[in-house]
Amino acid sequence: MIDKQIASAAEAVADVFDGATVMIGGFGEAGSPIELIHALIDQGSKDLTVVNNNTGSGEVGLAALIKAERVAKMICSYPRTQNSTVFPELYASGKTKLELVPQGTLAERIRAGGAGIPAFYTATSVGTPLGEGKEVRHFGDRDYVLEHGLTADFTLIKAKAGDRYGNLIFNMTARNFAPIMATAGKVTIAQVATIVDAGELDPEVIVTPGVFVNRLVHEPNPQYESKLVAAGVSYP
Amino acid sequence: MSDPTKIGLTREEMAQRVALDIPDGSYVNLGIGIPELIARYVPEGREFIYHTENGLIGMGPSPAEGEGDPELINAGKRQVTAIPGAAYFHHADSFTMIRGGHIDLCVLGALQVAQSGDLANWSTGKPGAIPAVGGAMDLVAGVKNIWVITQHCTKTGEPKLVEACTYPLTGVGVVTRVYTELCVLDITDEGFQLVELSPGVSFEHVQEKTGAKVLPIAAPVEK
Repeated sequence: MIDKQIASAAEAVADVFDGATVMIGGFGEAGSPIELIHALIDQGSKDLTVVNNNTGSGEVGLAALIKAERVAKMICSYPRTQNSTVFPELYASGKTKLELVPQGTLAERIRAGGAGIPAFYTATSVGTPLGEGKEVRHFGDRDYVLEHGLTADFTLIKAKAGDRYGNLIFNMTARNFAPIMATAGKVTIAQVATIVDAGELDPEVIVTPGVFVNRLVHEPNPQYESKLVAAGVSYP
Repeated sequence: MSDPTKIGLTREEMAQRVALDIPDGSYVNLGIGIPELIARYVPEGREFIYHTENGLIGMGPSPAEGEGDPELINAGKRQVTAIPGAAYFHHADSFTMIRGGHIDLCVLGALQVAQSGDLANWSTGKPGAIPAVGGAMDLVAGVKNIWVITQHCTKTGEPKLVEACTYPLTGVGVVTRVYTELCVLDITDEGFQLVELSPGVSFEHVQEKTGAKVLPIAAPVEK
């Protein structure tokens, strides 16, 4: 019988290895799998390459992982936040590298990676510093730059509900990168607020089919970055 | 209250002026800052649908105090609402809408706009500063019309409308129209073409505050 449920976040991330590429869902705090990130901090793997749109806020979740100097490189589109100096300081000291990618190119690189497409052309960044050094080809009346698909060893995402097959639905704009990151991770780990019986999720509305999900962790009361930051919490 | 030492439109009036030019039924993406104000001024009888690149089309106004949800936000990470008929989607679909030319209009802020339509709005290129681009480069590459709403000059009085951008570019030749407190300008093959002056503003004043040649409104042909 297929049952992708894992008893705890700690067990779900136990095999993340040093040097792994880890995609982490979320746009700001919306969709950030904070319990899985905290389990990854406890787990101890280092020299990680992390793919996320941002770099976290305060000293919880992704910002806490970065602060613990576990991230060798961030791949993201917007590494600035109003209330976090964690990434800027490590970036300035050279301890954490940055690959800056336009947001739509980041999304498409993840989508392509998950879909088995090694590279694609896009007009985004042509003629700008972020397009420099990239192969340019002319199609029709425009120039396009070559961008490469992205995959990950592990993907950590947050969903609203899931079943034992790993079928997932999401909550409003917390969906953001999660469905495409689920396709691009060799091992995709989802924390879900609610676990339902197989068949309870309407097949017409399942957003991420379970084939893209390997492990499911039940986190019935997920925390929110903004609330932890407002309460002055830092992790660990 | 308007500042008597300033001439031209207030930020709110600029936003209202832009809204007047948006056709009924448009799908619109508004940048962070002054562009967000445009949503307050939908002209009577028109309907615009707002897209926010983090995965919502049919974005509504900010929620009442205490009624927002940390998982219903806009691209500026502020809490918003969803209108009846809104849809959520993932990031690849969101940028399919943008890059695939399905969004009619994007209104953005600017650091500099060149007479060729080049836009710089993501980085001043200062050494040591952390670069952050977000979705700006995808928006200007993919959305059908790119308008800029901006103050005519920087806080220190430098022109923002220039012959060539000195800041790192967001996109090449992408801007079609610029709205400032002083005037409305089109970007044409010949450069900045004046379309409209704000009340009490002269052409000479606009030219003085612009770092490139401005083409005056053509006089009507006399018969």
